[in-house]
Amino acid sequence: MIEPWHYQVVSAVLFMIGVLGVLIRRNVIVMAMCIELMLNAANLSLVTFSRMWGNHDGQIFVFMVIVVAAVEVAVGLAIIIRLIANRDSLNIEDTNLLKW
Amino acid sequence: MEVGAYVPVALFLFAMVMLVFAPLMTWVERKQSALMQDRIGANRADIFGIRAIGLLHPVADVIKMITKEDTFPTGGNRLLHTLAPIIATIPAVISFAVIPYGGSYEAWGARWDLVVADLDYGVLYIFAVGSLATYGSVLAGWASNNNWGMLGGVRVAAQMISYEVAMGVSVVGVFMIYGTLRLTDMGFAQQETFRLLGFIEHLGWAGPGSWWVDLIKIPMWGIILQPLAFWIFLTALMAENKRAPFDVPEGESEIIAGYFIEYSGMKFGLFYMGEWIEIVVISGLMTAMFLGGWSIPYLPDHVLVDALAYALGPDMANVLAMVVHVVVFFLKVIFMIFFQQLVRWSVPRFRYDQVMNLGWKILLPLSIANIVVTGFVILVVQGMMS
Amino acid sequence: MTEQVLFYVFSFAALLSAGGVVLNVRNTVYAALCLVVSMLSLAVLFIMLSAEFIGVIQVMVYAGAIVVLFLFVIMLLNLKSEDMGAESQPLLKLVGTLLILVVSVKLVALLSGTRKSWPELDSEFGTVKAVGGVLYTDYLLAFEIAGVLLLAGLVAAVVIGKQRID
Repeated sequence: MIEPWHYQVVSAVLFMIGVLGVLIRRNVIVMAMCIELMLNAANLSLVTFSRMWGNHDGQIFVFMVIVVAAVEVAVGLAIIIRLIANRDSLNIEDTNLLKW
Repeated sequence: MEVGAYVPVALFLFAMVMLVFAPLMTWVERKQSALMQDRIGANRADIFGIRAIGLLHPVADVIKMITKEDTFPTGGNRLLHTLAPIIATIPAVISFAVIPYGGSYEAWGARWDLVVADLDYGVLYIFAVGSLATYGSVLAGWASNNNWGMLGGVRVAAQMISYEVAMGVSVVGVFMIYGTLRLTDMGFAQQETFRLLGFIEHLGWAGPGSWWVDLIKIPMWGIILQPLAFWIFLTALMAENKRAPFDVPEGESEIIAGYFIEYSGMKFGLFYMGEWIEIVVISGLMTAMFLGGWSIPYLPDHVLVDALAYALGPDMANVLAMVVHVVVFFLKVIFMIFFQQLVRWSVPRFRYDQVMNLGWKILLPLSIANIVVTGFVILVVQGMMS
Repeated sequence: MTEQVLFYVFSFAALLSAGGVVLNVRNTVYAALCLVVSMLSLAVLFIMLSAEFIGVIQVMVYAGAIVVLFLFVIMLLNLKSEDMGAESQPLLKLVGTLLILVVSVKLVALLSGTRKSWPELDSEFGTVKAVGGVLYTDYLLAFEIAGVLLLAGLVAAVVIGKQRID
């Protein structure tokens, strides 16, 4: 029997893998992909809750999260393309002009 | 998913379409283009002197492709180079799972459903699976370590994702009219007829003796109720398939072979088979949604089965109706394949900026206008009926 | 039984391919493909949770459009792995991994204490009709705002990404 907490555990571990990716990878594109992993983990958790409580609110929330993720990826990748054009490096350590 | 539906017939038809139609399409291409160009076409391949009007050429093609050397570009990515044709062909093949070859028939205690997977969201499934087909072409272009391959890969990605938008938006009108995404329900809905002059009666202009209002009945086929959506959807699907006038990515005269360039032998064969199978999928989808599915016009399922049951008894009537409907479905599919080949051999290839212009600036606004007009018409008709 | 097999297979596929996204240092395209596998596995999990519409939308939008956009940018930039720049220092990797492990173990321990069973749902739950009904009645404002957000993102992406013609 698969109980709800099985799905929640998968969601939690997936989220942690995403956080790990954002912490240890320096490539801007891979960091954006790990952010997508975190959003997907949240989606899985929301859909599980929607099934647990028997109403559609969680699924509507997931729909909105997917919309926001799509917009974020589009704008983020546009910014990354300008970053490459200016700095010629995909390393996030090189974008530190505003650092003290 | 209902338990107890008997699907082996549907599975058999599905396998038959895969195995038979794909090589047959190469024969159709050769012979139809030859007919259109007033020449004979390929007819030399024979087995022991029997030349079946060129039908053995697909056999020769398959033997050639299997025995060819499998080249591999230096500096390319071996794993992705091998994986790309597989990823390109799988979506075309599994799209067939939701296309209905016929309705539901009761024979010998079981209910025979002539569809492999009667999904509630059938058309969305085809869109989702079709959007995965982009990966095959994009990876093929990238893994080839070749400038023309890269260029072809970039072009094909942009073209396919542009036309997915027009593809999805154009059929919203069809969903609004039939009220369902399930292809079998659409097939059943297209068996109804509506009276062309019915508005006269609803507006109160007809007296009690007007028999002529009931005279003209038209089947509620998608192409009659949504003609603009039919053309936009067909154009978008042909652009997705990178066929017909939209084959800029494999532009033979411009960038040699585009993203195909480093492929030979069976991998190239897989790409090509994927394209042919996609043509059959497009034809099947257009038939199921716009051309009335499996049914003969003016002859709904139950009328046909009852008529046959007088002569043959209920079981054999259902089986015979099943055979009739499958034959009608495939006749319509063959017509659509013929039409797509007709377009392919008549119209010259578009320029790349023309392709993008058509997808974004012409098809998308027309699809949105179609939704608005359809909504308006539905409201008016519902207002008249109540 | 089928449900258990499906769940274990696809949840492990999702987690392993997520690991693949993080650990694929030399080749970014492999990382993007691992992301696709992860999203497809999650779509299967969604469909197992009776969220049919969301599962299909996940495949269509996430796996079929968003990751294609990632792949498009990776291919367009066409950077070789040499000029990706150095990855982070080993100390950060070690501390990060330990921290994540500790938090994960704590989260799993916390979550496994909860016990709830699935309620009975009618067959119309999660279908396109049901979700659409809720979306257009209760959440109409959110839906419209999502549309405006998409328009704003479209304009922003075009303006930011466009080459300046000086």
